[in-house]
Amino acid sequence: MLRILHMRRVLFPAVVLFIGAGEALGDVGGAMDGILEITTWGKIWRALTLVDHTTRVVVIGTTVLGAAAGVVGTFAYLRKRAMLGDALSHATLPGIALAFVILGEKRLGWMTVGAAVTGVLGVLAVLGLRRVPRVKEDAAIGIVLSVFFGAGLVLMSLIQQMGSGEEAGLRSFIYGKAAAMLTNDAWLIGVSAGVVLVCCVLLFKEFRLICFDQSYASSQGWPVGLIDLLMMGLVVLTTVVGLQAVGMILVVALLIVPAAAARFWTDRLGRMTVAAGVFGALSGWLGSTISAVLPRMPTGAVIVLCTGVLFLMSMILSPHRGVLAGLIRRMRLARRVADQHLLRALAEIEESRGEGTRVEESELWKMRSWSAAGFSRVMGRGQRRGWIDGDGRQCRLTATGRTLAKRVLTNHRLWELYLIRYADIAPSHVDRDADEIEHILSEGLVQELRQALAEETTIPPSPHVAGVGI
Amino acid sequence: MILNERRDVTAVADDHNASSPLSIHDMTVAYHRRPVLWDIDYAAPEGSLIGIVGPNGAGKSTMIKACLDLVPRASGSVRFHGGTYRAQRRSVGYVPQRESVDWDFPASALDVVAMGCYGRIPWCWPVRRKDREAAREALDRVGMVDYADRQISKLSGGQQQRVFLARALVQDARTYLMDEPFAGVDAATEAAIVTLLRTLRDGGKTVLVVHHDLQTVPEYFDHVVLLNMRIVAAGATAEVFTPENLQKTYGGRLTLLDKAAHVMASGGRR
Repeated sequence: MLRILHMRRVLFPAVVLFIGAGEALGDVGGAMDGILEITTWGKIWRALTLVDHTTRVVVIGTTVLGAAAGVVGTFAYLRKRAMLGDALSHATLPGIALAFVILGEKRLGWMTVGAAVTGVLGVLAVLGLRRVPRVKEDAAIGIVLSVFFGAGLVLMSLIQQMGSGEEAGLRSFIYGKAAAMLTNDAWLIGVSAGVVLVCCVLLFKEFRLICFDQSYASSQGWPVGLIDLLMMGLVVLTTVVGLQAVGMILVVALLIVPAAAARFWTDRLGRMTVAAGVFGALSGWLGSTISAVLPRMPTGAVIVLCTGVLFLMSMILSPHRGVLAGLIRRMRLARRVADQHLLRALAEIEESRGEGTRVEESELWKMRSWSAAGFSRVMGRGQRRGWIDGDGRQCRLTATGRTLAKRVLTNHRLWELYLIRYADIAPSHVDRDADEIEHILSEGLVQELRQALAEETTIPPSPHVAGVGI
Repeated sequence: MILNERRDVTAVADDHNASSPLSIHDMTVAYHRRPVLWDIDYAAPEGSLIGIVGPNGAGKSTMIKACLDLVPRASGSVRFHGGTYRAQRRSVGYVPQRESVDWDFPASALDVVAMGCYGRIPWCWPVRRKDREAAREALDRVGMVDYADRQISKLSGGQQQRVFLARALVQDARTYLMDEPFAGVDAATEAAIVTLLRTLRDGGKTVLVVHHDLQTVPEYFDHVVLLNMRIVAAGATAEVFTPENLQKTYGGRLTLLDKAAHVMASGGRR
């Protein structure tokens, strides 16, 4: 179950990114001409220093939007409401189209209101459907997302048939058109982001509580529904003001991906929230700057790709939860286990044949399922570290190696004994080959086991050496 | 309809035992119209350690949740120390099942325990220093103070359970309701929890514990509630925890019955 959850967390950002990449690539051909035509340092410099008014508006707007989305997205992500954000953003389309039909012209303020209204309706529909028996959350989200979006597309085609020629303007809400952002839009984003940030700081404690343990929160008398509503309200606000810049298909990425990336770097909620805000802001800034330099690049898609790069880097490089760190840890562990196997095998042989016995390497090799390369690696390491004396055919333990090997053997036997005596309550996550028993079990228990080990004469032989006939 | 309700209210006033820390009257709970608890009547004796025992699906957790207003009651009423749960919330501590939350959440053990103080902190105020100190103290009481800053997913199952206990302790309640605190914990934690529960009881608190291990019931609990959709028997363990009552509670499902009988035969001491 945990694994599935984990997969979903990783997969979803991946899917969003994929869509983002597709949209960006579609325009790459055009963009290349742009690069060749104008180029270059001057342009980059102008984008970085925000000299152009248009660029300045877009860059500041998307940066602030990214920060707000990252912060509020952290809570949505932890509340496992990430996909709900997707349903929400798609459900805004009919609202936008309806506002246009009713007003007969493109008025941004009212269209934003329309977007918010149907967006909220979509969220409520998901929450309502989820209560129906036999409709699971993912199905509820899928139904609402596609039906609302479909309704929006139908309305759009009606508008097209009306022939006012404004339908193209509405399309910018679907794919996003940051370049069309006006000073007023940037202000709207700024004010909304301010509201979002202030609310998240003030309600930090309440949000943390319902994200972690909803039923405890309500047993303590907190109005979980109201807090939830406030949180979803902030998500709606961020989504709606972000529609024009990033587009409704991709805006959810700004909510989820920075939060998912931030989770790799810290185990504290406060830091995670800040990190997600920074990642979001960084993506917004980087994405809009890049698309200012490369003309005809869709800003929203580039921003989303930037979040994706940050996410990938976090996933690979994070020192604790990262893929790379995990690989290194696993490699080290495998090495330690192999070392311990070798030492234990030698200790067991010495136990039956006396200290300082020379052992044929071929005999040792057969005691374990080592590959040729694996065996020579572990042998080489043992010799380099001064545990083993060997000439390539025969080998024996050195004094240092012997001390170490005896400790490994005792530890191993204590574990076996523990598992025999306490198997029914043995914690499942014990890695008995790699862990020193003293690090896992209480001192009293280890003492008890040691005593038992001293008394016991018939330690069951390890299954690995059973066939060797010591 | 209105008349009915009114009669109900007077009945409630009469039938509740005001001195009891937890008094349940005529409580029925249904999920999707299927009743899971029938006509529960129970008054917990003050200052005792009470085990709630019954087969899977008997409604043990539901009984606790319905008392705490987490699950709607189809009928009946509940009083804590003579008042409704809403009124007595501060004096009731709740320990949910450990599996009910995602332990991968970015929080330290101290963060989780401090949540027990949130009820005392006003809206929009951050966690104060004295709250964190109280949380640290509670962690100390469950022997977890060395793990205060550790991320909760890096704790063992038993340690996580102790964190949940500490979160209830920090509230300094008079009555505690615990949902399977012994589920999936190691022997050391089980012993530590039992000691803690006894300390609480000796300090005059009332503790109700949903429990699934019949063998340890006589050893752990003064009182026991045998539950299977209705209350089969409730009272002092020595009197109520008998093979006949267990047979009634578990019906044909009790392969453990022999074991339990054996436990009883070997002297159901506590």
